[in-house]
Amino acid sequence: MTDQVTPNATSDPDVLAAILRSPPARASRPPGPPPVEAPASVELTIDGVAVSVPDGTTILGACGEQGIDTPTLCYVENLTPVNVCRVCVVEVAGSRVLVPACSRKVEAGMDVQTDSERVRLSRKVVLEFLGSSVDLSLTGPITPDRSIAAYAQRYGADATRFGPPGQPSAAGERDRLESGHHHGPTGDATAATVAQPTKIDNELYVRDYSKCILCYKCVDACGEEAQNTFAIAVAGRGFDARISTESAVPLPESACVYCGNCIGVCPTGALMFKSEYDMRESGTWDESAQTVTDTICPYCGVGCAVSLHAQDDRIVKVTSPTDSSVTDGHLCIKGRFGFEFVNNRPKV
Amino acid sequence: MDLHVVGPLASPVERAAVDAILGAPESGWVGGARDSGTDGHASSGGHALRARRSQLLPALHAVQSRIGWISTPALNYICKRLAVAPAEAYGVATFYALYATTPRPPVVAHVCDDIACRLAGAEALCGDLTRSLGPAGEPIGDGRATWLRSPCLGLCDLAPAALFTTAGERPVMVSAAPVDSAGIAARLESGEGSARPAPVGRQAERGDLRLLRRVGIVDPGSLDDYRASGGYRALARAIEIGPDRVLEEVTASKLMGRGGAAFPTGRKWAAVAAQSAQPHYVVCNADESEPGTFKDRVLLEGDPFATVEAMTIAAFATRASLGYLYIRGEYPEAEWRVTNAIDRARAAGLLGGDILGSGFAFDIELRRGAGAYICGEETALFESIEGKRGEPRNKPPFPVEIGLFGKPTVVNNVETLANVLSIVTDGGESFAQIGTEGSTGPKLFCLSGHVAQPGVYEVEFGATLGDLITLAGGVPGGRAIRTILLGGAAGVFVGQDALDMPLTFEATRAAGATLGSGVIMVFDETADLVDTLRRIAQFFRDESCGQCVPCRVGSVRQEELLARLAAGSRVRSREEELILLREIGQAMRDASICGLGQTASSAIESAFRQPGMVNL
Repeated sequence: MTDQVTPNATSDPDVLAAILRSPPARASRPPGPPPVEAPASVELTIDGVAVSVPDGTTILGACGEQGIDTPTLCYVENLTPVNVCRVCVVEVAGSRVLVPACSRKVEAGMDVQTDSERVRLSRKVVLEFLGSSVDLSLTGPITPDRSIAAYAQRYGADATRFGPPGQPSAAGERDRLESGHHHGPTGDATAATVAQPTKIDNELYVRDYSKCILCYKCVDACGEEAQNTFAIAVAGRGFDARISTESAVPLPESACVYCGNCIGVCPTGALMFKSEYDMRESGTWDESAQTVTDTICPYCGVGCAVSLHAQDDRIVKVTSPTDSSVTDGHLCIKGRFGFEFVNNRPKV
Repeated sequence: MDLHVVGPLASPVERAAVDAILGAPESGWVGGARDSGTDGHASSGGHALRARRSQLLPALHAVQSRIGWISTPALNYICKRLAVAPAEAYGVATFYALYATTPRPPVVAHVCDDIACRLAGAEALCGDLTRSLGPAGEPIGDGRATWLRSPCLGLCDLAPAALFTTAGERPVMVSAAPVDSAGIAARLESGEGSARPAPVGRQAERGDLRLLRRVGIVDPGSLDDYRASGGYRALARAIEIGPDRVLEEVTASKLMGRGGAAFPTGRKWAAVAAQSAQPHYVVCNADESEPGTFKDRVLLEGDPFATVEAMTIAAFATRASLGYLYIRGEYPEAEWRVTNAIDRARAAGLLGGDILGSGFAFDIELRRGAGAYICGEETALFESIEGKRGEPRNKPPFPVEIGLFGKPTVVNNVETLANVLSIVTDGGESFAQIGTEGSTGPKLFCLSGHVAQPGVYEVEFGATLGDLITLAGGVPGGRAIRTILLGGAAGVFVGQDALDMPLTFEATRAAGATLGSGVIMVFDETADLVDTLRRIAQFFRDESCGQCVPCRVGSVRQEELLARLAAGSRVRSREEELILLREIGQAMRDASICGLGQTASSAIESAFRQPGMVNL
């Protein structure tokens, strides 16, 4: 940066005149970022094995390097961890309670247990809590060995221990719940759930909060972590907490700009393209018959990376790779939803 | 941020209520009348406007207490004024139980049906109200009034209790105890109310009281009387010896926090004082909401200047220039007393730019909670002051490094601060001589339930559980003690065999119990303990913030399990159900983010550990 001189760097008229007479050569490429020192490494123990990882690594990252598979639900790599689902908890010697692996940074001398009895019990019960209250049918990575079902089996989770699911709520009923006193359970041996009708109020995406684990991902993506629109937030409290627009108005009346970044980070299928939802409803959604093509968004000059999911020669969904340096996985309404013109091209 | 406010802005009355708190809007950009001459070519906002986010709760309070509920247009106007996104403001308004976001009558009776009031017939009272006035939450008569059930109102010594709120031009908020259904109906009819009498000093005849010595004796409204009874001697002494010596004395006193976590106060203060980040904040946690706890209310109502003076000393020692006193929203009398004390102290130069002519500057801002037990958790309290939902933060980092507004913050309970005064005047060493090795100083206990004289009692650490119950006159009618709840809803049940246990941090810890916030609730042989346990489970289900899965769902599953055990409709065998109850408890204790979830199963599990205590 030293060869860049700006006119107001000095007020000495002679110096200025000299610079004007022979300006410094223009850099042939923009200056790069200043060199960053490689972080120091931190020594710790994971499951009895001595491990060395760069300072600033999370326990989750350190476990990953060791090939230890840690279940996560509310963690996505392109947003700051909120550590609310608690399915990734590990035991750290000296800590009174378990700690979330996704957000806790490693410290020198840390002694981490990822498969102790306490860890297994908490992970099991958390999976049971979610399994008994939320529809997890589309949750998480669905590769066979990392599915929710596989984790439930690994930890022996049995969500039916709390009894059969209770009555689903009517449309809008949960949106009206007030904080504070509630009507207690009647003792009818059912387990309360968040089941409710899917909210379909626009042509672009649907919200099925029966599938919502309240991971805050959509709120963060809508807010300061990506879109800065703040159209949704968590409302209510406790088990009645829910994702809501202002005063629970339908999306078209809200501040939503339909960037769809909430869909991009939703780990449970609660937020879904209307195109996908309609195909699932009619039984035609078939991921095995889909192709994914990485390309560049055709609209503006930013050059966002988009992945086009196509089935039967039609685009059915658009995503962006979370490791794209341009998008971080986020798009705008045009890149996300503006593909109908492709589908509507005249057949030759 | 592109602030997107859809729909109409507030009515003139709603706007006036908000403007009374925030001042008149400066331009059309923040909700004022649009003036194309001045507003047309320049926007306003940015950091200065967004920094006003912390005014969100005061603004919501203003509308709630003027109208009785917060309409969407009123919320929109507040959003314009403070540059808060409407969805976020709605999330905040719906978090707190004292705000209504759907129409609610202006006159409301909040009737406590929590554990201590239940022992005094609160459920029968609610039954009476349902018969005479209609179901809770339904408008009564011409729609001007309603009644609601409420968690513990901190009036357990006078149970059963109620809080009356009347929205209007001159809002009324008074608590009353004991109440009956006819009295509640009459107050709802009139909408008026007179404040409950000041707290009584239960041990007023004792000359050696430290924390309660002024309560019930010295006029809590008079700064002169406070000074005449030794007030502000500690602050003068602190300024004389300097901040470092104050830290040394507090450390030498071995004072431990009285809010429940028992953290060494000296270590906390020293850690904040040593932080280079500026500014530092002092926060007084007066969000006393643990069922069965009312000691902070008694201190704030009976000796408010002591809290103000102690906060000033804390700020002097930790180099803070601004303090927040966060008082729970259901304590109108204490709030009034503290407001008066802050105003008088400021007028006398005991707060402000140059305290006692020393050049030290400090002031206190009072913040009122809005009905959320979780805000007693220190990081949730910070979030609430900042104008957000009271969701606890993950720790570390701890408040001494990153606290209120992201700055180093010392946060202390009211009773903890009250101890600081004698530490500074008499020295830390002499304070450390009081009590036991591991628990120094005097301690307040809140006696309620089946005792002859419920109230706040001060003893030196070392007194046993039996001593305290004797102080409170024992169990009335000569009945036998069935069990005692120590530490509140987040505490544990102990039996008769614990009467000899000294109530110290070390002895209770060794016994697997806890002092918590100093609750001693006595249940005699007539008590319905299943009912008590179900109310405790309901309390945690109602008060969970909902952020983390173990607490959000676990508190529901725990409540359901108790309900089905009580109804005899088990899912599996009794043994399997009890294993499930323990596993729910352990997952909440191990995996929840904060102390609420971590202790939500504590009392219930302890009840099942006691042989024969619950027949389920």
